[in-house]
Amino acid sequence: MTTESAFGGVPEASTVAGTPKFTVRSLDFYYGDFHALTGINIDVKDNAVTAFIGPSGCGKSTFLRCLNRMNDLIPGARVEGTITLDGADVYGAGVDPVDLRRRVGMIFQQPNPFPMSIYDNVAFGPRLHGIKKKSELDTIVEQALVRANLWKEVRDIMERGGLTLSGGQQQRLCIARVLAVQPDVLLMDEPCSAIDPTSVQKVEDLMAELKSSVTIIIVTHNMQQAARVSDETAFFLQEKQGTPAELIEFGRTAELFTSPRDRRTEDYITGRFG
Amino acid sequence: MSKWANRVAVTLLWICGLLTVGALAAVIVYVFIRGVGQLNLDFILSAPRGVNAEGGIGPTIVATIYVTGLAMLIVTPIAVLAAVYLAEYAVQGKLVTVIRFAADTLSSVPSIVMGLFGFAFFVEAMDLGFSVLSGALALSFLMLPIVMRTTEEAIRAVPRYIRWGSYGLGASKWQTVSKIVLPSAMPRILTGLILAMGRAVGETAVVIFTMGQAINLPISPLDSGRSMTVHLYTLAMEGINMDAAYGTALLLMIMVLLFNLSARWLARRKGRFEE
Amino acid sequence: MTNKQEHGGSGLAQETGELKMMSRATYFREALLRNIFMLCAIVAVAAVALIFVFVGVRGWPVVDDPGIVAFLTGTEWSSTYGEFGILPLVSGTLVVTLGALLLGAPLAIGTAVFLSEIASPRMRSIVRPAVEMLAGVPSVVFGFFGLVIIRPVVADLTGSMGFGPLTAALILAVMIVPTIATLTEDALRSVAPGIRHASYAMGATTWQTIYKVLIPAAKIGIIDATILGMGRAIGETMAVVMVAGNAPQFFSGLGEPVATLTSQIVIDMSYASGTHRTALFGLAVILFLISMGLVGLVRSLARLERRS
Repeated sequence: MTTESAFGGVPEASTVAGTPKFTVRSLDFYYGDFHALTGINIDVKDNAVTAFIGPSGCGKSTFLRCLNRMNDLIPGARVEGTITLDGADVYGAGVDPVDLRRRVGMIFQQPNPFPMSIYDNVAFGPRLHGIKKKSELDTIVEQALVRANLWKEVRDIMERGGLTLSGGQQQRLCIARVLAVQPDVLLMDEPCSAIDPTSVQKVEDLMAELKSSVTIIIVTHNMQQAARVSDETAFFLQEKQGTPAELIEFGRTAELFTSPRDRRTEDYITGRFG
Repeated sequence: MSKWANRVAVTLLWICGLLTVGALAAVIVYVFIRGVGQLNLDFILSAPRGVNAEGGIGPTIVATIYVTGLAMLIVTPIAVLAAVYLAEYAVQGKLVTVIRFAADTLSSVPSIVMGLFGFAFFVEAMDLGFSVLSGALALSFLMLPIVMRTTEEAIRAVPRYIRWGSYGLGASKWQTVSKIVLPSAMPRILTGLILAMGRAVGETAVVIFTMGQAINLPISPLDSGRSMTVHLYTLAMEGINMDAAYGTALLLMIMVLLFNLSARWLARRKGRFEE
Repeated sequence: MTNKQEHGGSGLAQETGELKMMSRATYFREALLRNIFMLCAIVAVAAVALIFVFVGVRGWPVVDDPGIVAFLTGTEWSSTYGEFGILPLVSGTLVVTLGALLLGAPLAIGTAVFLSEIASPRMRSIVRPAVEMLAGVPSVVFGFFGLVIIRPVVADLTGSMGFGPLTAALILAVMIVPTIATLTEDALRSVAPGIRHASYAMGATTWQTIYKVLIPAAKIGIIDATILGMGRAIGETMAVVMVAGNAPQFFSGLGEPVATLTSQIVIDMSYASGTHRTALFGLAVILFLISMGLVGLVRSLARLERRS
């Protein structure tokens, strides 16, 4: 497949079913004076799992946070370039970042259930958006927990504190929490790095089921995981300390891992660094 | 040589630690021994009678609780919201620097100065007279920086990723603060409030110039009254009824100790939903 | 080609291609809340300003009568003669504060070092709460204790009535121990543990480690603690009134009555009027300025430390 790499040029034509959910053009990102990301161009497909891989600290999570404007919460954060969600500019004037974050949900590396009951954790989001009737909430909560592959384990202990669950269960609780507000997109920032292997399996299973209705982007430092779960993969790299990170290569997962086009991608995949 | 010096030094340091404990014990034990005989229902409930203040100290207990309670009622919302501002909304800049400097300065004001200010401002300028209200307002000035500080620390102690979990669900800042951050910080905030109350109960110089010295049972906030601390001061200076003084001192110590211990207990309790 | 799970009546499902704009209502509500909180924070500033203004205005006439120089350098404080010079009071404050520091600072620092370096966990669980509870004892109770216990002892020691700088200093020393000890312990605890280990690994004794390594490392914190303790002693009123004798005269003996800037206010306020009262407010201004100065000192020291 001879197409230009995603680096500094036009992203390769879509070969995976699904229209572009996110379109990113010439994205540069700064933390104050520190130039963290440069020249990112990528189309993230709808109803697919896209993996961001690369050495730690190279800006994958930072880029992820640009997609739902979580970086707005960090003082000094500055974005140049465009990110569009379903064609609308995410950083456009007057856009409500709060509602954006409802549509583009985020799961963090460290499971962070609220100090409340399991039920209240999942019901938190819907309640925020005005849903008060118990019967409605019950349905939403159950559905979310089912989609998050957790329902069977907690259906009888819904009143127990979210923090009493195991790490893996907590992470799935966080996923259920996000799913309860019906997001279009799920951003997952190294969701499995702090949980046990069985739970990792369950999370990967639910990703496969969810992708038919939700666009998923997962940042992971585990290449085997990226190879297992994702349809397309993007490789990020910060060449030198102090220089901004770039998107080196982006393509179908199978091809990127078996025959990467860029030398640096190949080096990373074969473990020569990172 | 150094071994010997070490022995001496360590012994001296032990003595320091024990002396400090000893000082506390001395005060508590002595007040207890001399005062416990005074503690009966009559003492607590009835009012002082006659020139020698025979009888009880009931009105002073009421005055103390009244003025402290009112002060906390006034100061808590302002201080907590101010802390929310500093911890969640404020951006580093001139305004924040000024606010912090003001809070530091306010907390360093000697209580006598606060008392005189309370007199000049609340009692005279605002024409509230010697009253529970004047006392409570002056006390709340005193408490403001304390509660602001402890509340801000409590809020900052809530981990960042819990907030991000809330923002990541599409919650606004206020929703995150009110539904997640403040409830999580509540035990620590309450501890700070209880400690502030203990401090307010022990205050003398502020209340003597704002609530006055008259022994009466304050009913309305505009009534004057005499707090337990002022009563103890008066009795001690007059020297006539030392028994009542001991009783007052003991009751005061009991109240303060109760506050201290409940703050301690609260600080140790974990939230209902934590492991 | 999105399969979205519609949820009847929930109002959550969103059409694609549409990014919700922030509604004016939301914007205004968030801005309103922010401003309310900001106003609450500004109350602190307003409070300081009010205190400054009201105490200052009431004390200002001192500049004319008796005149700023006479006020600040006068050696007589007597309401009967209409003389209001603060020097006797300043000397009283100085003597009592110095005494309190001399007695209390070593005790406090020693206790802090004990807690931080020597005490077993069990001892710590006794001593540290004791320090905290000592901080909570009301000043009148300390004064009372000084009156009934300490004064007779000092009276025997000095052959006087016992009301004077010694009794006051003793009581104040105990009162400032918690302030100094808590801050000193914080300072010691923030010294990196590696430094201790390095010292012990070189064969130093506990005392050598404390004396040569830890205290120098925590120096600024300890100085801060002492300054704040000094501030507390300077500002203390009720305990001093009860044991210092309340005679505005220069130091004439450990058991001879003195008065401080703070105690004089309480003693005189009940009957002062006119110039006398103005002079008392003048004292309050001076106290306010002193405490602000100390705060400024501590802050500059903290800045110095941050720079190093």
